Order: sequence, then C-alpha cells, then structure tokens
Amino acid sequence: MHKAAALTPIPGTTPFDGEQAKKGYALNKMCFSFNSAQSREAFLKDEEAYMRQYGLTDAQAAAIRSRQVLQLIAAGGNAYYLAKLAGIFKLDMQDIGAQQTGMTKEAFKAKLVAAGE
Amino acid sequence: MAKIIGGLGTSHIPAIGGAIHKGLQQDPYWKPFFDGFGPVRKWLDQSRPDVVVMFYNDHGLNFFLDKMPTFAVGAAAQYNNADEGWGIPTLPPFAGDVDLSWQIINHLVDQEFDITTCQQMWVDHACTLPLKLFWPEGECPVTVVPICINTVQFPLPHARRVYALGKAVGEAVASWDSTKKVAIIASGGLSHQLDGERAGFINKAFDLQFLESLVTNPEWATQFSIHELVEKSGTQGVELLMWLAMRASLTHSAASGVRKVHSNYHIPISNTATGLIALETVA
Repeated sequence: MHKAAALTPIPGTTPFDGEQAKKGYALNKMCFSFNSAQSREAFLKDEEAYMRQYGLTDAQAAAIRSRQVLQLIAAGGNAYYLAKLAGIFKLDMQDIGAQQTGMTKEAFKAKLVAAGE
Repeated sequence: MAKIIGGLGTSHIPAIGGAIHKGLQQDPYWKPFFDGFGPVRKWLDQSRPDVVVMFYNDHGLNFFLDKMPTFAVGAAAQYNNADEGWGIPTLPPFAGDVDLSWQIINHLVDQEFDITTCQQMWVDHACTLPLKLFWPEGECPVTVVPICINTVQFPLPHARRVYALGKAVGEAVASWDSTKKVAIIASGGLSHQLDGERAGFINKAFDLQFLESLVTNPEWATQFSIHELVEKSGTQGVELLMWLAMRASLTHSAASGVRKVHSNYHIPISNTATGLIALETVA
C-alpha cells in the first residue's frame, strides 16, 4: 500500500499529489486556459462569468477572488497553472513570493541574495 | 554509429528570455549568470554537435492534467513555441530529428519503458531557452529530440527510474546507425521553490554537492526519494531529475567517463539558484 500519509510534512510546502488534484481540477483547468491571450482577456472582462464557464467550486472561486496564492493552493491550485494567473495580473515570482511569505518584495529579494552567501 | 560528445545542464528561468530580448546580459544582475556561458559556447563551437537530446519538464503548455505522461518522447519534424501566459517573447520553431526520435522510442519500449510518443508537441521555455543560451546568434544549428519528464503531477518517477531512462536513452543514441554527433542537454533547476510559505527556498550546499556528484559519482542523487528531493531542493528544484537523466545518458558503456569542461553556479536569478555544467565524454 502506498504510505503517502506517513511522509514527514515539508515545512511551507504542499506537493501537488492526488489529494490536491482531486480538490483543484476545475481551477487548474481554468488557469491552463490562460495560455491563450483571448482567454486572458475574457477572464479580465468578466471574472465571475469565466469562473462559471469552468465550473469552479465555491472554495476555488473564493480563492480566485481573494487573489491569495496560499488560498489558491489550499483550494487545489497547482503552481504551474497559478503562475499563468499571476501573469494576467503582471505579478512576477518575487511578488508571489513576498505575498506568500508575508515579506515586502524588497525583503524577499534580499533573502534570495543572502542564500548565495 | 552516432557519437555522444557530451552533456550540458542549464537553468531555464523564463526571465532569461526577457533579458536576452532586452539585451541585459551585461547588467550587474544578469552578468554573473550570462558570463558563465562563454567557455561552454567555445567548447560547442569546437565540438560542433549535429543533434541535441533535451531532457526538460513542460510547465503547462503542451500537457495538462487531463492527460499527463510520465515520460514523453518528441517525434515531430518541427517543434513550435507558444504563448505561456507570462508575456515572454515566443521563439522561432526549431527542427526535430525524427530518425533519432524513433531510434530512441524503439529502444526505450524494447527496454520496457512505458513512454508516450508525441508526433506533434508545443515546447515551452524549458526547451527553447537552453538552445538560445548555448547558441545565442542566428538560427539554432542543431536538430532536437525533446524528452519531457513529468514534474507537474505527483507521483513523479523515482530518481532511480529517471537515471535508468537516461542510461537507456544513451544506449539508444550510441547504437544509432548514423555519423552524427549528439549532445545531451538537461534543462531546469537548480534549487528553487515558487509556491507555499517556503517560497524563496534555496539550498546552496545541496546544489553544490549535486554538481560535484555529476562529475565524480553520477548515481549519488538516486539515493533520495522524490519527497526528499523536494525537501532538499524545493518544489521546483526536482527539475534536477533532468540533470540526472542527462548524466546517466553519458554512462551508456562501461568505458564511459567524463571531463568537466566548465561549470557555473549563481544565486539568484528570479527565485532560482542557477547552475550550468558542460561535460565532455572521454573514452
């Protein structure tokens, strides 16, 4: 039997396993559609209609409205597709990192530099 | 028979595309990264590979969760890049090598690997940027066989399995009835994490150990489970699996050895600890 539950949790990390996949399919499918410029425009024009089109659950839609990456992950969002959502709002990985760690962007960037020393 | 001349590994951060497009290579932020490529490009100019096999991971361009292969081998005549949603410039298509693609596919299935074959596939920045980094001027001078390893949906293949895949790919190339010179490229890594409270995680000590192991102890990283690799190198740091496959492909015969041509390691580009290595095969 696959003992996934026995793995020591990694701090601040949610591996995208079957449990996450089961939670997040519609959300991830919607974010995958953002490869298309047309889709990105449609989402920005009417987010609620676009989310209904993809059949997002209440938790997934609430997470989208919150604009909080940690909440999107908790709702089953996969980082590869959430990155395309971030792209719509012109957020880079340091904006995303700062938001998730509760740091300012400058402090987050400084921490990255410090990891090299 | 075809000759594997060596293996290369490089990071593939999307921002690199923007930096090249804007000519930022000598900016203080970018210089320590781009300068690393000089000696590698010089070696490539001298050794002149005809074909490249590229181990990389798709970031949600070609594959979605609806159909997610563990190992996918490209068998297209041409590979196109496309919009990935972040506003990085799309790069021109490059030529595939269908003869080598089928040589690899036939050998892998014969060796009991269960692969997906793709006669048409979009290739994302992970595939296009290394080509641009190694051959910055003009058209890409090599034909390419992309091999995509799943890093999106857990469970990911064991590091041991990825190593075995790489080794089998090396055997396939070495037994290819061709006079072509082949280089193996690994795209991705090194340590980084974009998602979760641990966003920004970097592990320099582990990265340097891994880089060292590629020269002296190729199977070193196969001791770790995927869970351990995520813990040690970050959620996206598991891309080091590509480097492992590349290195394994250079061990295809008992007489195989490597010489390190050059390596570079610089923190940070975006959230990533960037690595670069070039290994030349020696008889």
